[in-house]
Amino acid sequence: MHLVKLMTGGLTALALATLPALGGTLDDVKARGFLKCGIDGGLPGFSAPNDKGQMVGIDADFCSGVAAAIFGDKTKVKFTTLTAKERFTALSSGEVDLLSRNTTATLTRDATLGIDFTYFNYIDGQGFLVKNSLGVKSAKELNGASVCVQAGTTTELNLADYFRVNGMTFKPIGYDTSVQTREGFDGGSCDVLTSDKSQLAAIRSELKDPAGATILPETISKEPLGPAVRQGDPQWRDIVTWTLYALITADELGVTSANVDEMKKSANPDIKRLLGVEDKMGENLGLTNSFAYDAVKQVGNYDELYQRSITPLGLKREGSVNALWTKGGLLYAPPMR
Amino acid sequence: MAESVVFQPIVSRPPPLSETGLWHWARERLFGSVTNSLVTLICIYILYLLIPPMLSWAVFNANISGTDRSVCAANPGGACWTFIKVRFVQIIFGLHFGQHPEEVWRPVLGFAMLAGLFAWLLVPRTPYKVQVGLFTLFGFPFIAYALIQGEWLGLPIAPTNEWGGFLLTFTLASVGMVFALPLGIILALGRRSNLPIIRAISIAYIELWRGAPLITVLFMASVMLPLFFSHEIDLNKVVRAMIGISLFQSAYMAEAVRGGLQAIPRGQYEAADSLGLGYWKKMGLIILPQSLKISIPSIVNTYMTLFKDTSLVAIIGLLDLLNMAQTASRSLEWKGYDFEAYVFAASIYWVCTYSMSRYSQHIERKLDTSKRG
Repeated sequence: MHLVKLMTGGLTALALATLPALGGTLDDVKARGFLKCGIDGGLPGFSAPNDKGQMVGIDADFCSGVAAAIFGDKTKVKFTTLTAKERFTALSSGEVDLLSRNTTATLTRDATLGIDFTYFNYIDGQGFLVKNSLGVKSAKELNGASVCVQAGTTTELNLADYFRVNGMTFKPIGYDTSVQTREGFDGGSCDVLTSDKSQLAAIRSELKDPAGATILPETISKEPLGPAVRQGDPQWRDIVTWTLYALITADELGVTSANVDEMKKSANPDIKRLLGVEDKMGENLGLTNSFAYDAVKQVGNYDELYQRSITPLGLKREGSVNALWTKGGLLYAPPMR
Repeated sequence: MAESVVFQPIVSRPPPLSETGLWHWARERLFGSVTNSLVTLICIYILYLLIPPMLSWAVFNANISGTDRSVCAANPGGACWTFIKVRFVQIIFGLHFGQHPEEVWRPVLGFAMLAGLFAWLLVPRTPYKVQVGLFTLFGFPFIAYALIQGEWLGLPIAPTNEWGGFLLTFTLASVGMVFALPLGIILALGRRSNLPIIRAISIAYIELWRGAPLITVLFMASVMLPLFFSHEIDLNKVVRAMIGISLFQSAYMAEAVRGGLQAIPRGQYEAADSLGLGYWKKMGLIILPQSLKISIPSIVNTYMTLFKDTSLVAIIGLLDLLNMAQTASRSLEWKGYDFEAYVFAASIYWVCTYSMSRYSQHIERKLDTSKRG
């Protein structure tokens, strides 16, 4: 373990030492003519190709939104599909300008990898899927259960932590891929399956008998997913952060891609500032004042992103942590003024 | 004097009916003994169990109409080729061409040209075979790149890192093949060289690359290389994977070629020396033509492995044929049709490797100068 730590430490130091000249990401992007965005590419709902070959999903759409904010054209983005292992190197080496790849913000990642997290575009958390025949209503009743889990993930570690903290025992049954994990659960190798809640709904829908299994209410870990940028370019970080805030603010103010032109005539000063009719919000960031207008017009506000990509996974937004703060959720954008 | 007798051979009579024909063949090969008959019957029974349901699934009961999953959902007993149909361009040419179907003619034309060149090389008695062969190896890749990537010809650009599907698999494999062979020959000669430094370098190179799994090499290429290069050198992931695969395969190629070199008797070397040929002439005119011919099976073996190994680039996030098919079958639109995706990808791999195998047998027969019959 020490050797591994030493080596990763050394690699990180090397990464930092060889980092490209910092700052000026916006200028680079503008000169290049398109945004380079790192995504997963194979995770339906977050980023995956549709029938027309376009990358869609809440992560991919956010990249398009940033491209719209910068260029006024959401198509000026090139996607790079990245694996979980590559993603941070790709960002710190400059292969991508923006990492929007269902990445959990953690202290270690923020502090040691030369990257900065912005805000969250989906707040996830680990949960449990149980067979109804077990008669369990809460995760606290799972003592002695056999649990199907994808091996080698933080999911596995969270699982062990949760059972230890609650003084319960369990029998882990590890699988390599999420498909195998589902098949194991479906075939009766275990009573319980654990994964991020965004995945549980999809897994449940693929079971032979979806009605025979329930997702328990408990969330045992915090997985705030959001876009990340290279450390050391405050302007670029602001642009990405505030584009995300703008999409959430538009949701809060009821500005959608359909009514955004009408809303420009609104008397509400918040809307006027958001859409660049009043004040210089965009110029302060180094963009045009219509940056939020362009982003909302072309990709929609946060709710539109969510309804388009996450709702089809079977995850309702109403009443979840991903609802706006005004509706009992956690999404909260600072005032745009 | 008797009249001169001209020898008139009698036309040989056909063998008796019981010794020819399908009946004889079946009796000899399939029902020669009790054990053979039993094995044959068991095999027929197994085939009977397997083939009809397979045909029913894949052909008679399959869905191909429509453009969404409702068609397949209505008839779950058959394969959902509708899925493959809708995602065909994506799986074959990758996302860029999936998004811009109007540009698909470019890779199609590229493949058509390549097929034409191969046909030229395969058909007997076409002129300029050597020139065409050299052009296929060293000229055509640039034309194909210009055509498919588009920048040099002023066409809309399809960046290499957006190539995907079969196009990517094929490109990675061809680049690997074209670079690995010459590099492999040089390494094999180096390993048998009398100069100690050259020999040591060759051995070190070959053993180092052979000792590391391809996955490690690809990880290195995708995760570590970008850290060493400065910001300005924009080597995208596809190019890095190509470099990794070529360097890796050249080590295996070197050993395949060395096997051929070792099969050449010492007398050939001595004969070349006694003719006063220098090292390169000796190798180029006497040794390599013979040894490469012997090595063809192992070279083609290496090529096939390379072709299939390209699917490992999935672990560095490249959407090659297999990964593209897999990704398509995980999408919201087509979730649950993984089997169709795998069958489709597997059949493409099979067609390609089987053609390689047939082609190599053809070359072997053509170059066979031994006195066998």
